[in-house]
Amino acid sequence: MTTAGGHLSIDDVAVSFEAPDGRLVALDGLSLDVGAGEIVAVIGPNGSGKSTLLRVAAGLFAPDRGSVTLDGRPIGEPDPAIGLVFQDPRLLPWRSVAANVAYPLELAGWSRDRRAERTRELLRVVGLTDAASLRPRELSGGMRQRAAIARSLALEPSVLLLDEPFSALDALTRERFNVELLKLWSRTGMTILVVTHSIAEAIFLADRVVVLSERPGRVVAEIAVDIPRPRSPSTLDDAAVSATGREIRRHLAGAVAA
Amino acid sequence: MTLRNAIPVGLAFVLFLVAWQAVIQVGGFPPFILPPPAAVAERFVEAWRDGLMTPHAVATLREIVAGFVVGAALAVAAGYALARSRVVERILSPYLVAAQATPILALAPLLALWFPEGLTSKVVICALIVFFPIAVATMVGVRSVDAGLLELGRSLRATRRQVFVTLEIPAALPSILGGMRVGVTLAVVGAIVAEWAGAERGLGVLINLARGSLFDTPLLFATLLTIALIGVGLYVVVVLVERRLVGTR
Repeated sequence: MTTAGGHLSIDDVAVSFEAPDGRLVALDGLSLDVGAGEIVAVIGPNGSGKSTLLRVAAGLFAPDRGSVTLDGRPIGEPDPAIGLVFQDPRLLPWRSVAANVAYPLELAGWSRDRRAERTRELLRVVGLTDAASLRPRELSGGMRQRAAIARSLALEPSVLLLDEPFSALDALTRERFNVELLKLWSRTGMTILVVTHSIAEAIFLADRVVVLSERPGRVVAEIAVDIPRPRSPSTLDDAAVSATGREIRRHLAGAVAA
Repeated sequence: MTLRNAIPVGLAFVLFLVAWQAVIQVGGFPPFILPPPAAVAERFVEAWRDGLMTPHAVATLREIVAGFVVGAALAVAAGYALARSRVVERILSPYLVAAQATPILALAPLLALWFPEGLTSKVVICALIVFFPIAVATMVGVRSVDAGLLELGRSLRATRRQVFVTLEIPAALPSILGGMRVGVTLAVVGAIVAEWAGAERGLGVLINLARGSLFDTPLLFATLLTIALIGVGLYVVVVLVERRLVGTR
């Protein structure tokens, strides 16, 4: 797996929806720059437009204003260089794990042989080799999300977007998954933008934590996480973590009050 | 079916035969009104053995299969269009419902008039009768596709055709096959009705013969038994296809 990170730039993005009681502004002039190989965590109250932000970055959603670029190239529609992991695994229930992981390759028109080879590699990376022929319903929640992550990596994206990817998992599994995500990151050098609800998770993963305000979402604060890598779950016991956590919490409280 | 399951099924069938016989004993019905099960069984075997039943059964089966295939294919296409386009739904729905609400028995003579020769009128009538349940089932099935999966497809730049083949059809398949279960049994009804509206051969014709010129009530029952067996057999085929295609989910 040799993917270098891409430079994702979100510039002055505004998004609004048609709602029953008038127009709902989800994002209003949000700018965010994620450097090549950087991990940025986005944290914010419910309804701060975190998921909308990821959808705009993934090219699934055209903003009313502003732009998204990847290495200077405008992103107006889904792009193979951007991988997306949804909150729920979204596996095709009628396909085996291997066929689910191979799905992006199939859509991209890869030959059967190349698909099989790449799928084997992906399953190995996420530790699902033995589950290749199982159906999604036969997997645990954690294994399903592993399969979803393998699928998002299929086309070797240079940017990975994750929308609260582990929120449905129990605390221990979640901790393990975060460790594995960092391993994957250090191996591939991917750029990662992750949306989360958890301050601890944000600190553990990210180089930088971006705090969003309540609707309409704007960047309230950007907090650098000065904790050395490689990090392990015990890293979260450090004093630096507490200090960073306090700062994030302070901004979050401000974001909700404002 | 395991032996444990087979026992109650077998017992129920025996009970059915006993009840049938009892009705005859108690009511004192003559064989030309209600023949006993043994007489029907005997006539059934005889009609198949002496070659009376075969050409009629083959003709009817051919009409059912051809009508079902044509009707189901059109219904899946129409159901898909109904699911994907509000305009199509608004334009077509009234005709669909009206066609369904009009008794096929009333339409059959008209269709026999329009398509006089051979197979065509039967295929049209069968296709017409299977169309509605399968079209509705397809529409419901295609609409039931998980929005999350559609978004996944979009994020992976799936083309319209890829979305159709890899997401919509597989997701709608259980519903479509459910509609086909209903449709295939209706196709049997359609074929018999179509034959009554005018045919030279077929189980519907044989019923008329047995009731009329032959005055052979056991043969009438044996023909009904054949029709029922065709219906059950086709239903089982659809169920097996269903199990094969969606059973492993």
